[in-house]
Amino acid sequence: MQPLNFLKESPSQTAGPYVHIGCVPTFAGIEGVYPEDLGKSMITGEAKGEKITLKGRVFDGSGTPLRDAMLEIWQADAAGLFNSPVERRGTADPAFTGWGRQPTDGETGVYTFETVKPGRVPFPDGRLQAPHITMWIVARGINIGLSTRVYFEDEAEANAEDPILARVEHKVRIPTLMAKREGDTYTFDIYLQGDNETIFFDV
Amino acid sequence: MHNNPPETGAFYPRDLDWHPPALTPGYKTSVLRSPQRAKISFDPTLGEISGPTFGHNMLGELDNDLVLNFAQPGASAIGERIIVHGRVQDERGRGVAGTLVEFWQANAGGRYRHKKDTYLAPLDPNFGGCGRAITDADGYYQFRTIKPGPYPWPNGVNDWRPSHIHFSIFGAGFAQRLITQMYFEGDPHIAICPIVNTIRDQAAIGQLVAPLDMNNSVPMDSRAYKFDITLRGRRSTMFENRKEGN
Repeated sequence: MQPLNFLKESPSQTAGPYVHIGCVPTFAGIEGVYPEDLGKSMITGEAKGEKITLKGRVFDGSGTPLRDAMLEIWQADAAGLFNSPVERRGTADPAFTGWGRQPTDGETGVYTFETVKPGRVPFPDGRLQAPHITMWIVARGINIGLSTRVYFEDEAEANAEDPILARVEHKVRIPTLMAKREGDTYTFDIYLQGDNETIFFDV
Repeated sequence: MHNNPPETGAFYPRDLDWHPPALTPGYKTSVLRSPQRAKISFDPTLGEISGPTFGHNMLGELDNDLVLNFAQPGASAIGERIIVHGRVQDERGRGVAGTLVEFWQANAGGRYRHKKDTYLAPLDPNFGGCGRAITDADGYYQFRTIKPGPYPWPNGVNDWRPSHIHFSIFGAGFAQRLITQMYFEGDPHIAICPIVNTIRDQAAIGQLVAPLDMNNSVPMDSRAYKFDITLRGRRSTMFENRKEGN
């Protein structure tokens, strides 16, 4: 029989406690190598849509917030288009990158993204997904980056139609994916363990 | 860059037995930071297939030269001068062109330029420890640095990290995002490192060990190590059952 000849993906290793040096060096106090930390600004001009702040903390199994984590988000623009060469449905807002990267604060553990509320993006079968942001979390003690999704609690109608949320068997866990609104700020806390463990995705 | 249209196929599922599991008690920090519940699986949607892209014009001249990019004029970092080079490819063996690769490391004495690193080895005033490159049309990247030193860390009483360089790779879609570490051929610390040993398969560990590459060394200047990185492969879209516009 012929071999299939696939390679194996390089195995993941933890980002470690000093991930900031490589990914957000200015935050780590390393000035002058890059002009600005990559992913710091998602809005680069007069971006269309509703400007929002997304913030929260990442809690370990003891309830202690992680002060050394790094988060990245990737999302569609206000019209539901991605700023990516893969996007074939139209051209995304040039004033919005769709990708952000932020460390958690070294004292409080709070992360903060300034972004826009995403539009709805179709599922492969054509149904519309609810507005959501894809989030990726790395830190010391996390062996492979964790993927989750930020949905919005004030989008109840869209959330009820979302094909991914529909796939969650234990509906009692769905609130772990809902960002809570207060003014223009959505709070999304992540629980790595415990009764409120956030839903993570293998995708 | 090739002028082929970007691929839009979904990524192959990750082999989670090849990657380290979340809970690895030998690496103590993982105990309270490892999710306990089953992850929910789904075939990638557009948000996972797409991802950010970065242009070569973003890079500064010294971004891939850690010997010089933090050094005072006329000075350079202390340590064994090395070139690290390799190819970013996917599981089909295709080069991943134009993707951002970031790297960070300790200095030659095993000390990081980070306020939380209190190891007694000194900082090198001419070494910052970060760099980045974007792969060429065939997926290749390279950078120059000094070989990082091993260092002790609080886990067991006397645990030491092997010399290593951290890597962050984007790929073409956000679901290919990967952070890993490169080790050096022949380092006896590899076999006894609790972080290396979060990976259960010896062949998978071997995939992170860079061999000495004398052919790409620069005589009387720098030795080279080769480190290829493999990202998830993706399906052909030829017979995908997708609605127009996806």
